[in-house]
Amino acid sequence: MAVEQGDQAGLASPGGKQQRRAARNRRWRRMVIPYLFLLPFLVLFLVFLVLPLAYALGISLFENRLVGGTVFVGAQNYLKAIGDPAFLGGVVRMLKFGVFQVPIMLGLALLLALVLDSGVVWFRTVFRLGFFLPYAVPSVVATLVWGYLYGQDFGPFAQLAERFGLPAPNFLSDSLVLGSLANIVTWQFTGYNMIILYAALQAVPGELRDAGAVDGARGWQVAWYIKIPLILPALFLTAVFSIIGTFQLFNEAQILQPQAPGSISESFTPNLYAYSLAFTNQQYEYSAAISFALGAVVVVCSYIFMLVTNRREEGD
Amino acid sequence: MAPITGRRGSPGESQFTRVLTMVLLTVFLVYSLLPVFYLIVSSTKDNTDLFSSFGLWFASFSLPENLRDTFAHDGGVFWNWLWNTAYYSVCSAVGAAFISTIAGYAFAKYRFPGRIPVFAVILGSIMVPQTALVIPTYLLLSKIGLIDTPLAVILPSLVSPFGVYLMRVYAEQSVPDDLLNAARVDGAGELRIFWSVALRVLMPGFVTVLLLSFVATWNNYFLPLVVLSTPELYPLSVGLVSWNSLATAGGGAQPLFPLVITGALVSVIPIIVSFLFLQRYWQGGLTFGSLKD
Repeated sequence: MAVEQGDQAGLASPGGKQQRRAARNRRWRRMVIPYLFLLPFLVLFLVFLVLPLAYALGISLFENRLVGGTVFVGAQNYLKAIGDPAFLGGVVRMLKFGVFQVPIMLGLALLLALVLDSGVVWFRTVFRLGFFLPYAVPSVVATLVWGYLYGQDFGPFAQLAERFGLPAPNFLSDSLVLGSLANIVTWQFTGYNMIILYAALQAVPGELRDAGAVDGARGWQVAWYIKIPLILPALFLTAVFSIIGTFQLFNEAQILQPQAPGSISESFTPNLYAYSLAFTNQQYEYSAAISFALGAVVVVCSYIFMLVTNRREEGD
Repeated sequence: MAPITGRRGSPGESQFTRVLTMVLLTVFLVYSLLPVFYLIVSSTKDNTDLFSSFGLWFASFSLPENLRDTFAHDGGVFWNWLWNTAYYSVCSAVGAAFISTIAGYAFAKYRFPGRIPVFAVILGSIMVPQTALVIPTYLLLSKIGLIDTPLAVILPSLVSPFGVYLMRVYAEQSVPDDLLNAARVDGAGELRIFWSVALRVLMPGFVTVLLLSFVATWNNYFLPLVVLSTPELYPLSVGLVSWNSLATAGGGAQPLFPLVITGALVSVIPIIVSFLFLQRYWQGGLTFGSLKD
């Protein structure tokens, strides 16, 4: 805004050639300068974001054959992915994971944020810091530590079970492994989401809270009818990021794999599958197609979520 | 901030609610701190106690020996990992923060053709699954011979679309147009205005992006796992996992579990220290540019 005004002022003032040239010069500079500022970012953005994406899209249309080398196959890799039980199994597993884990995590985060915000709490800072601390722990370390906690040899849960004469629970068995991974993710990110929601709650104007309180509304009523509707955008944002994160699950599964080779397969998550295809089988082309298909699933799921939540908000 | 006052209901009930919420919060606090406590306890045990003593309480105190062994194992490769992690993180953080700051400033303070579509593309790229980029990045880097070099980790980490978004919001809120115009009237060039006027005001935002990028690189696992193959170039994350895989497979002459645990503790300490001392910036990054006080 200010820049345009400056230009107009320069043109409007009466004066000769010199002044007009100065104005032109200034305008030119003010068009070039912003791109100069943007240049480092844009170059890196093109090279390390746009180019890899374009490249992956490109090679996903080819296939490397033993006879004949690399051949253009069009959408064949994508058709193969749609019919690939390993890929579909991973996607369905992540859907199952997300349907339970995301609501539990966000529900907990919301509950904790509301409680901390309500003022019914002593040592608020201690709790806030404590809840947020897991976010500062690298996911590699979080997974290693939870892996040891789950362990049947020297995990404390196994030890406790043994002391009471119970069989040691196998947290990484076929039936429990998804829940155990969900627990690691919940542990890491509940505090992170809580901080986002807590910050949104802190921005709720004091008059609104007081009005509710004066009307005789109880704490949970103020929360449900006043606070939650006001922080819906923040809640929505955390939900979208959580959904995107769920489909990308990789570190936790990949790191626990040596500990549970029976229940975490090479295609346990779509990302792990893409990784194995590329680095175990050297099927880069198909791996790229899987990555893209996964990206499409993420976009579609986020979009469906946005549609559903928008409709509900309009209905209210 | 003010607690809800004038709440109706019997005092007994409110006392009950208060105790109940404290119980809930305490349970969740124990859950949040348990793995960290376990990590600290385990790092003080030798290999025998790790398996035979109760996991959630102290036994022998072997932390000094564990530290010595961790740093000495495999010809001191842990030193390399620690140094690499610090080196990759500092380079990525300083670079990403600077690049994001000038880009965010340009978007916030100039009107230029292409501003809206270019920003929309950058914003949209926040949604791109980062992991989908890693494999093609690996293939491209190997074509130009950058694979298995520090640059393979640092260069991709310099791109932070979220940092640009954050700095744009921050610059819009914190740098007044009047300040820039005053400097222009004084005859300062645009570069000098940025360098000596705007950057000072933008510092808190700069530090937030610096911290977020630092931690993101410090914690990154997937990218270095894929682009590095020489153990001496690994960061802590990849190195620790490689030791853990060996330990799980039961290979090697020396029991590795105490080393993985002690190494994990060492790798977490800088992040937790920065977290405790720079809280304001950590949270600032999460609350989307609302860090003005």
